[in-house]
Amino acid sequence: METYTWLRAFADSWHLLFMFCFFIGVFIFILRPGANKVHDETANSIFRNDDKPDAGDSAPRTGHQSKPKEAR
Amino acid sequence: MWDYIKLAVLGLIVVIAAIAASMARDLPYLVHMLVFIVAAAITFIWVIRRIGEPVPVANQNEYMDGPVRFGVIATAFWGVIGFLVGVVIAFQLAWPELNFEWAQGYLNFGRLRPLHTSAVIFAFGGNALIASAFYVVQRTSAARLWGGGLAWFVFWGYQMFIVMAATGYVLGSTQGNEYAEPEWLTDLWLTIVWVAFLLVFMGTIIKRREPHIYVANWFYMAFIVTVAMLHLVNNLAIPVSVFGSKSVPVWSGVQSAMIQWWYGHNAVGFFLTAGFLGMMYYFIPKQAERPVYSYKLSIMHFWALIFLYIWAGPHHLHYTALPDWAQTLGMTFSIMLWMPSWGGMINGLMTLSGAWDKLRTDPIIRMMVVSVGFYGMATFEGPMMSIKAVNSLSHYTDWTIGHVHSGALGWNGMITFGMLYYLVPKLWQRQGLYSLRLVSWHFWLATIGIVLYAASMWVTGIMEGLMWREVDAQGFLVNSFADTVAAKFPMYVVRGLGGVLFLLGAIIMCYNLWKTVTSSPERKPAPAAAAVPAE
Repeated sequence: METYTWLRAFADSWHLLFMFCFFIGVFIFILRPGANKVHDETANSIFRNDDKPDAGDSAPRTGHQSKPKEAR
Repeated sequence: MWDYIKLAVLGLIVVIAAIAASMARDLPYLVHMLVFIVAAAITFIWVIRRIGEPVPVANQNEYMDGPVRFGVIATAFWGVIGFLVGVVIAFQLAWPELNFEWAQGYLNFGRLRPLHTSAVIFAFGGNALIASAFYVVQRTSAARLWGGGLAWFVFWGYQMFIVMAATGYVLGSTQGNEYAEPEWLTDLWLTIVWVAFLLVFMGTIIKRREPHIYVANWFYMAFIVTVAMLHLVNNLAIPVSVFGSKSVPVWSGVQSAMIQWWYGHNAVGFFLTAGFLGMMYYFIPKQAERPVYSYKLSIMHFWALIFLYIWAGPHHLHYTALPDWAQTLGMTFSIMLWMPSWGGMINGLMTLSGAWDKLRTDPIIRMMVVSVGFYGMATFEGPMMSIKAVNSLSHYTDWTIGHVHSGALGWNGMITFGMLYYLVPKLWQRQGLYSLRLVSWHFWLATIGIVLYAASMWVTGIMEGLMWREVDAQGFLVNSFADTVAAKFPMYVVRGLGGVLFLLGAIIMCYNLWKTVTSSPERKPAPAAAAVPAE
């Protein structure tokens, strides 16, 4: 089979399905229960370490230590 | 030892470049070789003067802000240059006599136009992106930049790319592909610099001390990786000679056109949108002192944006030899793109919810909000113009130019100005900006300038579109092309004036930032004092 033909067939069948599922999967993953805490934590990470890097005397952050700066 | 290797390599570069310069087949190539010689010679002297001195140890407990500071200066500098060239070519269109006879072949519209687009997109926008990426990735990763001096190479290498591209355009070395004008040698150099940029950025992400990668970094990563891919594919070309600047593209015909606009539209999508969204998601929350409105929405924004944008390119080729299905695909994806774009706009604007009063007191926030507003406007206008029926009126008219500028001046320009106003006091340890009044002046000059620009281009674009298609009762075209050109004159003058106001605002900004660094009171190092426990 010609390269174009099978690539084209693959692109608009299995790969299309893969991309569609991946895309939907991302949305489901974002909306998964329990993600709120992680998202709040990450959204507030910009308010830390403004002047110098994390000192390195403690293990890397594993999450949930700091409260969100502001509740809405 | 390492220094001696460096010296040897630099010396070798000088010799090779000198040989290549003597063999040069054309003027741009000769100039580019001279650029290499000068750059390598300066670096050589810089290295040799420091030889034998103790190597300064990079303090891992400090951020590496040197390249960011230089990037901020370069952004402001190239911004003013790019806007100035834009104003010149705007008036060249209104008064063709400004294409001076003595400067023919160097400073006429055809040579200056790519200089303007590349200066504002790649020099102003690119430096803003590199500087902010280095700043943001360090703060959100809580880690110093990876790669030691590599970040400096990225900064200086990128400036060299700009100089090579600019001298090439003026001297007539171009591939003739919009936003991809630089020839093979400049393209290769940019590839090396870009890989270094990717390494520094990814290296810092990998050694981060935060558990999660903040959303701004995702946008920056998409920008770096996609631009690398676009650049490589669209610039596949075979040089005619290693000693000449000319090359022959690998792609031809409609494939070449499609690849060019796949590149061109994603230069807008990933350079001017994804990268700048990275800026938006960091600097707006920081300036508003509130976390982003919805972090979930920001991740959806990211994935939807990168999944859809990459397919939108064919809308630049409506009613051409491109197959109809590809045109329709491009149009459909462009329209779908409206949703993530507006999701992102709402997310940016709503970050201010509960702090709207800041709009009254803080001109920097005002600038950022207006920029997000223009992002929303441009991303509504774009999908609309990609609809085939609308495009049949708008294509090849000044409406397109108006659209591009409401995005570029409004969205990219304003968010970059906001970023500069935020960064300069931070980077030079100042308590605040020299003058908020001047920021307000900048804000209003720039906003009125954009309004004049966009409005005049809407009028002239729709007018010329309608004039081109006007037929009389017998089916003959009513207007000649020259008729449309004559009719556009007043709008061209207004557009030029809009550009002057925008340029004026940028010059005021430069003055304000200069005074901030030189005469604003210094910020006290608060964090160290705060760490001392109270007795």
